[in-house]
Amino acid sequence: MFDVLVIGAGVVGCAVARELSRYALRVAVAEAGPDVACGASKANSAIVHAGYDCEPGTNMARLNVRGNAMFGALCEELAVPLKRTGSLVLAFSDEEMESVRRLYESGLKNGVPGLKILDAEACHAMQEGLNPEVKGALYAPTGGITSPYELTIALFENARQNGTEFFFESPVLAARAIEGGYELDLGQKMLQARYVVNAAGLYADQISALFGDKCFKIHARKGEYILFDRAVSGFAKTVLFQAPGPLGKGVLVAPTVHGNAYIGPTAVEQADKSDTSVRREAIDELSKAASRSVPTLPLRGAITLFAGLRAMPEPHDFIVGLSPKNPRLVQAAGICSPGLTSAPAIAEEVAKALSLAGLDLEEKTGFDPIRREEKAFREMNGDERAAAIAFDPAYGRIICRCETVPEAEILRAIRATPGVPTLDGVKRRARAGMGRCQGGFCSSRVLELIARERNIPMEELTKSGGRSKLLVGRTREDDE
Amino acid sequence: MKSAEVAVIGGGPAGLAAALAAYEAGAKEILILERDAKLGGILQQCIHNGFGLHYFKQELTGPEYAARFEERLLGASIEVLTETMVLELSKDLTVTAVSAKEGYLQIQAKAVVLAMGCRERSRGALLIPGTRPAGVYTAGLAQRLVNMEGLLPGKEVVILGSGDIGLIMARRMSWEGAKVKMVCELMPYSSGLSRNIVQCLQDNEIPLHFNTTVVEIHGKERLEGVTIARVDEKTKKPIVGSEKFVPCDTLLLSVGLIPENELSLQAGIEIDPVTGGARVSQERQTSLPGVFACGNVLHVHDLVDNVSEEAEIAGAAAARFAKGQGKQGREIPVRAAGGVRYVVPQRVFAREGEELTFYFRVGAAYRPAKLSVLSGGKQLLSRQKAIMTPGEMESVRVKLSKPVDEIILIVENT
Repeated sequence: MFDVLVIGAGVVGCAVARELSRYALRVAVAEAGPDVACGASKANSAIVHAGYDCEPGTNMARLNVRGNAMFGALCEELAVPLKRTGSLVLAFSDEEMESVRRLYESGLKNGVPGLKILDAEACHAMQEGLNPEVKGALYAPTGGITSPYELTIALFENARQNGTEFFFESPVLAARAIEGGYELDLGQKMLQARYVVNAAGLYADQISALFGDKCFKIHARKGEYILFDRAVSGFAKTVLFQAPGPLGKGVLVAPTVHGNAYIGPTAVEQADKSDTSVRREAIDELSKAASRSVPTLPLRGAITLFAGLRAMPEPHDFIVGLSPKNPRLVQAAGICSPGLTSAPAIAEEVAKALSLAGLDLEEKTGFDPIRREEKAFREMNGDERAAAIAFDPAYGRIICRCETVPEAEILRAIRATPGVPTLDGVKRRARAGMGRCQGGFCSSRVLELIARERNIPMEELTKSGGRSKLLVGRTREDDE
Repeated sequence: MKSAEVAVIGGGPAGLAAALAAYEAGAKEILILERDAKLGGILQQCIHNGFGLHYFKQELTGPEYAARFEERLLGASIEVLTETMVLELSKDLTVTAVSAKEGYLQIQAKAVVLAMGCRERSRGALLIPGTRPAGVYTAGLAQRLVNMEGLLPGKEVVILGSGDIGLIMARRMSWEGAKVKMVCELMPYSSGLSRNIVQCLQDNEIPLHFNTTVVEIHGKERLEGVTIARVDEKTKKPIVGSEKFVPCDTLLLSVGLIPENELSLQAGIEIDPVTGGARVSQERQTSLPGVFACGNVLHVHDLVDNVSEEAEIAGAAAARFAKGQGKQGREIPVRAAGGVRYVVPQRVFAREGEELTFYFRVGAAYRPAKLSVLSGGKQLLSRQKAIMTPGEMESVRVKLSKPVDEIILIVENT
């Protein structure tokens, strides 16, 4: 019997797993998808929020500010990119300056360090190309950006390295109370655990109901984005929010840790929890809204559109802690924005809740918080590149030319993938296909490497698991 | 550090012809840097014929066309490094490359020929909304899968864009037993060669819909269909109410080629915003002295025959430059006007009696078309042609009697 089963391998589930791997416990993670970061963790704004805009006194406010403070050390330990770019909340009118001042006040209440109200001149000095009508902004120096899927992958790898077991393509279909815990039906296998942590994202309400807790509902709110080529991305050096209006936090203009810029997200309420399509009207909505911050957006330099689904809780706050209905269920549910920032703090509180529920948290010897990750080839200088190729000639074969990804890094990504590697899984681990040609050149080469490395016919490989096969068979000449 | 008189970046048709021309012009140390395992570039996956009609007066397949040049390499002392990727080009003509065999390489060149070719415009650049399933490919990637790997990307195909690769793939996929339902083209004309429309589409009864585009992609895991719509001819915006769902498992995109000028930009070379390639002189010299460009990295060509000719000019000029024999003269700008969208070269060194060939494309269909070449208020040449379309590159030879002012190419309806 496992001590704890974590349901869901998004950033929250993996952060919880990694936190619990500090202790002498037997922990398992069950994930419905083929890989980690298959849901909201792969497609969001990637912002490390400062924490001024959460309602003071809420779980969101507390966990955001605490999470932000933990982020630097966590990214350092796990070799995950983090840039403290700072963030601006832009105001375009006197009324909006008022709401910026209110944000400043709530930031002080939430304990956000270093907040400042800037005048227009200071805003323009920070970012070229801003709308000349900017009146001022709230500046938060602790705001920043990270890579959400890389953080999730890193948390997973470190948790696994410290003894956590992961089960993929293992949706929790049913749960039955047994002596001292639960028996769970994961479709392909049964598993027993003393405690359960619910980090099931959009499906957390359904999972919670399996354990008799129907205290909350989760619905999907879609966020659509446009991503730009690095070559045209100078318009986003810092994270640009707009003063909150009736439509929420508004559309962001922001950089990514890899040097691209994006605009987004939209906010579309929808009943379907799996529809991540980008609506036709999204492009106009986004460019119109974002051009308020930066009037001349280089739309011709866009390289892709994508959408993610936020897990919106009702009532509107993170649900973190022991379930009031079930003493063996700890919730980490309704983790919408600022969930990425809060993930390390949520993991800490989940561990505390498990301890209060009676689980003995004894620190184990041999816990290694460090994930040793080779420096990416694209970030190496000439001497480092020479040394890398001398050490492993596969560094000398560049597979993805847009992002300068050598075969050695693709092979490492393939080897680090649980189950059968997918094209998207390799993309998120090694960046092959993330660039301006969007895999037009490297996809077939990456497929060849997966096929060779895992000894699987190319026509069996998928883009993202399930029925997403990339090829339908061999050509006629080949049949003869 | 290695050294070379002429370093050629790219071993496709442009690089091969440039290196051979440099050799024939007397350069001694010539180096071709090719990222693939084989020379020939994109020709290797173009197994259809139709190559070489102008250059060899013979109809060859892509690999056969490449082989003609490779054979000539044997007799020339030209060093070839395959599986070698150039990562940097500096202003002092140092080329930095990596390869599994040679490791991290730095080459000090006296002259450089850029022959990196082009890449395909992707779905993302078109901002097509909808889902992101498997089954959406650029036509060139599909061509590689089918022709080089023997793999079939799908069975029910819609093709967006009537560029030549899309047309060729419409035929190839039909021959492989797939159902090619249609080719949709945003413009009122095709950007492909007329012969390809006849041989690839008409002969296989594949409909070509003009003023039509794909407005949405459907299917969560594998492509399940696309929504197409007619577009307003002027605004190019989809016409509301004209949408139609077309079930398919594959969408191939043949929506334009983009010269791969990342290295050129890195070296600070001036780029023509219309061609996406370097601005060059008649010798195909870029704004960085000693750096020449040819083939699809300079501007996208329809016919490889033209690429070879252009590369020979660049290669020979690079050899002369390496030996310090670069010819000069007064620099005169060349300008596209009227219906002409771009002209290559974009500037010339005026030398009396020199005959120059200008390559150009029009921005819309002209039938009949009147071409004029002007300079200093005088007409140097005027010519009529039954039709000029954006899909076919045009050329005109002009003899400069004496140094002149800005040269202007104009195409008008007559």
